[in-house]
Amino acid sequence: MPKLTLRVNRQTHTIDCSASTLLVEALREQLRLTGTHVGCDTSQCGACTVHVDGASVKSCTMLAVEAEGAEITTIEGLADGDKLHPMQAAFQEHHGLQCGFCTPGMVMSAVDLCKRVKAPSEPEVRTWLEGNLCRCTGYHNIVKAVMAGADGMNGGKP
Amino acid sequence: MSGAEGIGASVRRKEDRRFLLGKGRYTDDIVLPDQSYAVFVRSPYAHAGITSIDTRAACEMPGVLAVLTGKDTVDAGLGGVPCGWLVKNKDGSNMVEPPHPSLAVDVARHVGDPVAMVIATSKAAARAAATAVAVDYDVRPAAGNLDTATAPGAPLVWDAAPGNICFDWHIGDPATTDAAFAKAAHVVEIELTNSRVAPNAMEPRAANGHFEASNDQYTLYTTSQNPHLTRLLLAAFTLHVPEHKLRVVAPDVGGGFGSKIFHYAEELLVLWASKKVGRPVKWTSERMEAFVTDAHGRDHHSKAQLAVDANGKFIGLRVATLANMGAYLSTFAPAVPTYLYATLLSGPYDFPAIYAEVKAIFTNTVAVDAYRGAGRPEAAYLLERLVDKAARQLGIDRIELRRKNLIQPSQFPYQTQVALQYDIGDYQATLDMALERNDHAHYEQRRQASAKRGKLRGFGISTYIEACGIAPSALVGALGARAGLYEAANVRVHPTGSVTVFTGTHSHGQGHETTFAQLIAERLGVSIQNVEIVHGDTDRIPFGMGTYGSRSAAVGGSAIVKALDKIVDKGKKIAAHLLEASVADIEFKDGQYRVVGTDRVKAFGEVAFAAYVPHNYPIDTVEPGLDESAFYDPKNFTFPGGTHLVEVEIDPDTGVVEVVDVTIADDVGVIINPMIVDGQAHGGLAQGIGQALYEEAVYDSEGQLANDSYLTYTMPRAADLPMFKVGNHVTACTHNPLGVKGVGETGAIGVPPAVIGAVLDALAPLGVTDISMPATPEKVWRAIQAAKAATGKKA
Ligand code: FES
Ligand code: FES
Repeated sequence: MPKLTLRVNRQTHTIDCSASTLLVEALREQLRLTGTHVGCDTSQCGACTVHVDGASVKSCTMLAVEAEGAEITTIEGLADGDKLHPMQAAFQEHHGLQCGFCTPGMVMSAVDLCKRVKAPSEPEVRTWLEGNLCRCTGYHNIVKAVMAGADGMNGGKP
Repeated sequence: MSGAEGIGASVRRKEDRRFLLGKGRYTDDIVLPDQSYAVFVRSPYAHAGITSIDTRAACEMPGVLAVLTGKDTVDAGLGGVPCGWLVKNKDGSNMVEPPHPSLAVDVARHVGDPVAMVIATSKAAARAAATAVAVDYDVRPAAGNLDTATAPGAPLVWDAAPGNICFDWHIGDPATTDAAFAKAAHVVEIELTNSRVAPNAMEPRAANGHFEASNDQYTLYTTSQNPHLTRLLLAAFTLHVPEHKLRVVAPDVGGGFGSKIFHYAEELLVLWASKKVGRPVKWTSERMEAFVTDAHGRDHHSKAQLAVDANGKFIGLRVATLANMGAYLSTFAPAVPTYLYATLLSGPYDFPAIYAEVKAIFTNTVAVDAYRGAGRPEAAYLLERLVDKAARQLGIDRIELRRKNLIQPSQFPYQTQVALQYDIGDYQATLDMALERNDHAHYEQRRQASAKRGKLRGFGISTYIEACGIAPSALVGALGARAGLYEAANVRVHPTGSVTVFTGTHSHGQGHETTFAQLIAERLGVSIQNVEIVHGDTDRIPFGMGTYGSRSAAVGGSAIVKALDKIVDKGKKIAAHLLEASVADIEFKDGQYRVVGTDRVKAFGEVAFAAYVPHNYPIDTVEPGLDESAFYDPKNFTFPGGTHLVEVEIDPDTGVVEVVDVTIADDVGVIINPMIVDGQAHGGLAQGIGQALYEEAVYDSEGQLANDSYLTYTMPRAADLPMFKVGNHVTACTHNPLGVKGVGETGAIGVPPAVIGAVLDALAPLGVTDISMPATPEKVWRAIQAAKAATGKKA
């Protein structure tokens, strides 16, 4: 199998990888970064969302080879050691997760939004999360968490 | 209560950290040494004879370890997947209970029915080989949905079930009901469908089976809401391996909503195949596969009549329901449209007479079983739509008609005409609370403001009840359950005073690791940081019936409290010895044993230590150790209820319905963690609104599922929903030690009729009188056009 070099969570990995391997498969199955989830087969749920060069991407829509040379961040790479990222802290504080399955994708997507928009409004958050499905929370607390997480990323209290 | 961590505190969840760091451990995350992978070949037809299966080409493909068919399962003596509930017909005979082979043998009976299993060293190899399995089908006419299955001369799903009838059951008293109708001043009639929905937990089902020859031991990792029940069914019915050789682990599970209660064929097949190929075998469902293999929910067609006297008082209710079972009977399928539906038809209302008939129908579709609410949403929807229609027909305000008929607080315990006895509630209080919080007094101003913007505003209301914590075991046994419905707990106090609790309930989003820890904090005064809640592993937990029907706090929490009482009592004896006092003089409070009225105390931790280092100890009368188990069998169901109010705005040009306000007031009993309880309500509301406006699993007459992916099956997204206003009014359950009732399903039960009521209220000025779920823009637009054409005027 051909070799591929990926930069993930500030580390360089060389893996065996076929041309058709999806980025999510490389992350989950080869690098064992199982925080990135697969919830669908039609690129609709967002459970697989990661950052590629800082922008949120559904990792089921991208081939692993396309990510070569890019800086990839998964949910495992977001916290600062033991210290939760402000968005992660906000999700805990505002009960923005229940079963946790959509959570990594929600958090990665939300961080991208809050890098683009400093203090997103409720409608902005709801519209941005268009690509992420959650079956547990009814989104209510996710929306609250994202708005608080934006504050946290600006140095406020999550 | 013991302050910041006890009952009533919105403690932040202990489980969150691992999920937020991406360290959750879901079934598909587990890769065992030498892992192999299974892919199923599934029938593309709803009904077809299997004339031949040629596996030779697939077997030759690289990486393939085995290709197994239904014939192999028969040769191996594997049992069929059993049904857990026997319902009797009106005449006392048993329902038709057809076999459910784990792999179809001669006939495939729904799209997605598995006909072969391919096991290979990689998922890709298994997928490739699955496409090389050649199956010859003899396609037969199908009973593709309720309409086709009940038409005269319909194709039969099972020869043993003429008319496709699984059972024909009834409850209530036909004679008193007829008499009530005979003297009614008004009779209101309705005919409606409760739409079929696909549960869609975000984590697809998965199962990883591992047979270890060295000790003859089977281990199953599976996405289950109740691992002990799965083990019981594997042992007794399907795999025929005794429990002590079987371990079932349900690790982190990404949502269930009922769909992960049931024992599915894949669970048994991966275990069996693991022994065959000598390696662990893992199957992970794809989303499209989930649509045609996870048990669906609802799918009722009902006719009902309400008898009302001259004062607007309900005096009788008659209901006839057709309930779709699918092709095979899933674990609890027969219980859902009977004991979880028809027994709830009194709702929160005082009804002197009710008679309900339910016919369960086989169709060539995937099974229908419990989905969030299970039967109770169907009852609430039928009743609330009927009450709304009565209000309109009688010219009485919808709120007033409800008020007039609600069971009064003084009437509890209230015996319904359909078997259940409600212990307690205050339906007026939740109605008042909801109306106040929604500022209903100013609704008309809001309606006019919407009208100014060209929008039709509507208001909907539902006063509902549900029954949680299905029980007691003896009663459900008499009604046909083939399992008990108690719960088990083991509380292990460690020598240094920290605590591990082993619970038979399973958390797949509910937050038990936090709420149950709060019970320990409340009762023992131990910080939740020093408490671990263990669930989901049959090797670690004494026994359990799992989590569904909003039973965990009411039944599982009560089992924990029972074990805690034993701990506290035993501790008293130890403390009495240490304090040289009599047991009767010892009280336990805030984590301390005290000689009543003195300052002589022993901390709980000191007593725990003494129990494990029994040097100075009443060894003649008290065993060492501080570790107690309890089984709790409830005396009755619990009965949460409440009022859900919905306001919608409809764009008359496009038919788009926007939910602009959702205000609810529930009575879910004593609340352990308000933050978690509100979160449960939010999730239920989203699913209820989803069913009312967006979701429907549509089977055509041929039994093809028209929408089997997220491209075509619409679930609510963040932009489709508003912030929810959730309020609670507490009446404590009278028969469990915590006073809790249950909250997991309230939203999904109460809100759909309120949404449809609001839509119909908005459209009423145009002359629209009926609309079915889901009220999609197309349906609403067509209803508007039809009403305009009928009245001949422009709206
Ligand atoms: S797995 Fe669903 S969008 Fe990627
Ligand atoms: S928390 Fe379960 S799917 Fe979002």
